[in-house]
Amino acid sequence: MTGRTWLRHLAFLLPAAVAVLALTYLLPPFRTYQLATVGAYLCVTAGLTVLTGLNGQLSLGHGALMATGAYTLALTQNALAGRGQWTLLVSTAAAVVVTTAVGAVIGCAAARLRGPYLAGLTLAVAVVVPSVTSTFESVFNSDQGLSVALDPPPLALGATFPYERWQAWLSWAGALLTLFLLANLVRGRFGRNLRAVRDDEAAARLAGISVARTQVSAFVVSAACAGLGGALFAVLAQSVSPGAFPLTLSLFLLMAVVIGGLGSLTGAVCGAVLLVALPAATHSLTDAVHVSPAVAQRLEGNLPLAVFGVVLIVVMLALPGGLASLGRTLRRERPDP
Amino acid sequence: MPSSPDSAAPPGLALQNIGVRFGGLVALDDVSLHVPPGRVVGVIGPNGAGKTTLFNVVCGFVAPTAGTLTLDGRPLRPQPHRLTRLGIARTLQGVGQFAGLTVLENVQAGAGHHARTGFASALFGLSRADRDERRLRDEAHAALERCGVGHRAHLRPDALPYAERKRVALARALVSRPRLLLLDEPAGGLGADEIRELGALITGLDCAVLLVEHHMDLVMAVCQEILVLDFGRPVAFGTPGVIRADPVVAEAYLGAEVETP
Ligand SMILES: Nc1ncnc2c1ncn2[C@@H]1O[C@H](COP(=O)(O)OP(=O)(O)OP(=O)(O)O)[C@@H](O)[C@H]1O
Ligand SMILES: [Mg+2]
Repeated sequence: MTGRTWLRHLAFLLPAAVAVLALTYLLPPFRTYQLATVGAYLCVTAGLTVLTGLNGQLSLGHGALMATGAYTLALTQNALAGRGQWTLLVSTAAAVVVTTAVGAVIGCAAARLRGPYLAGLTLAVAVVVPSVTSTFESVFNSDQGLSVALDPPPLALGATFPYERWQAWLSWAGALLTLFLLANLVRGRFGRNLRAVRDDEAAARLAGISVARTQVSAFVVSAACAGLGGALFAVLAQSVSPGAFPLTLSLFLLMAVVIGGLGSLTGAVCGAVLLVALPAATHSLTDAVHVSPAVAQRLEGNLPLAVFGVVLIVVMLALPGGLASLGRTLRRERPDP
Repeated sequence: MPSSPDSAAPPGLALQNIGVRFGGLVALDDVSLHVPPGRVVGVIGPNGAGKTTLFNVVCGFVAPTAGTLTLDGRPLRPQPHRLTRLGIARTLQGVGQFAGLTVLENVQAGAGHHARTGFASALFGLSRADRDERRLRDEAHAALERCGVGHRAHLRPDALPYAERKRVALARALVSRPRLLLLDEPAGGLGADEIRELGALITGLDCAVLLVEHHMDLVMAVCQEILVLDFGRPVAFGTPGVIRADPVVAEAYLGAEVETP
């Protein structure tokens, strides 16, 4: 395993970029939009799997961190509205910076807590952040939320360039950048320290690793990714509202990274795909069986959660290492030539 | 403000009148000990005598309720994660390994303070971060070779027999290039041959060693000085010859030594 890290990781991502590009020309608009959503989720799941899988810190607050990124993007973007395409870059950067700062604060508190107390803290964050939007009604417009003023795709791409394709490009640019940076980061000393702290705190200290600093950095990195993911969500939906970031979103994110394979970036990709595919599949299933509107409405919110739960159990029984470990398991079971 | 070395305080690690209480329990009572550079000093005593607690004081896991510590004459306020930078390394009683890391990574983890590049270089995968990683890996390989487990580098620690896991733990301590090495029962669970090899390895080290061990043959063979603790109190101190002949020691410890690992 020699060679330059960045070159090797780029060699992985370039084909992925080409594939996404091709898909945006092959898929119909709705599928392209789903592809864009996968990209936005991928930013979040990649960051979460680093935090929870590699560093052992459970977070039930990543939905709220996404909300932070989304609202920051909306406010910044609306403030800069109409000045050109570059404003999106500025407002996305603002979203990442603000969410990183929020993540640093939560991370400092989280570094003092373990197990159920940590889960409790992040759960509190998940509940409090959306309620902030109704407290400061004049800024966040409470339950209605805000719409996001976005420019159409650059004219250079042609007057009839589909908006969904532009959204998919934006969100996958963010996702692939996130994957590239995280892959660089976790393969070296940073990633090793994360895992050492997760496995044995006393031994990690004696090895010269500051446990608190490592845990806070893990949270900060993870929050930055969630902020970017949230910002991309706002760009995709062209609006933000507290209803888009319920507590169940945080649960979905966590289940997705566990199903994908904790601590694995490949697993984060699987998780992001499932986050879009499973609810969509359940939706078309309920459409197909023609239940009464009242029942359908009740199922709407709960059924995807149940389906996710079932998938989680099945995958954990069959593949304790998550979907990402499928290749490894198959290789082990095939006798060596 | 850098504190100048106290002319009275000796080089190496010195503990002066250390006391530790856990609630009503006196774990250490008025313990003084000096470990000069390069010397191998043993600490023995029955189970619960306070040997591990003494290490915990030196490492900053336990704050002493009385007494002071100095390192090369400077007051020492130990913090566990700063120790390797001060040139102090410690192995834990048991193995204390990172189960999710390979043997090589376990040892690399102990060399982190030799790294010259930081977060940003790693984030962008710059080649100087790669060079740094390669250097840590070479250091880790060398430490594993030195402890005789170089061929295990790519396994998980729990795939190794106990004796080899203890060698990996030792390699992780040595990779930090300590001036003072604290070994807490390194021979626990080892067979006679393995203990002899461990003895040779300890004798061949170029750093000071503070050794806690129940295995008397090893202690007597490698230590130049031995401190005997009983219920947290120092009951004897001297060369192996002196300790072996001391009737108080025989009563407090050697007479009671029935446990074989
Ligand atoms: N953190 C702690 N809190 C309370 N009591 C403690 C703590 N650490 C150690 N003790 C107590 O202090 C005493 C000394 O323990 P210590 O572990 O230092 O003994 P030891 O000499 O290392 O014994 P062994 O040979 O069994 O390893 C014991 O009675 C132990 O129960
Ligand atoms: Mg002990």
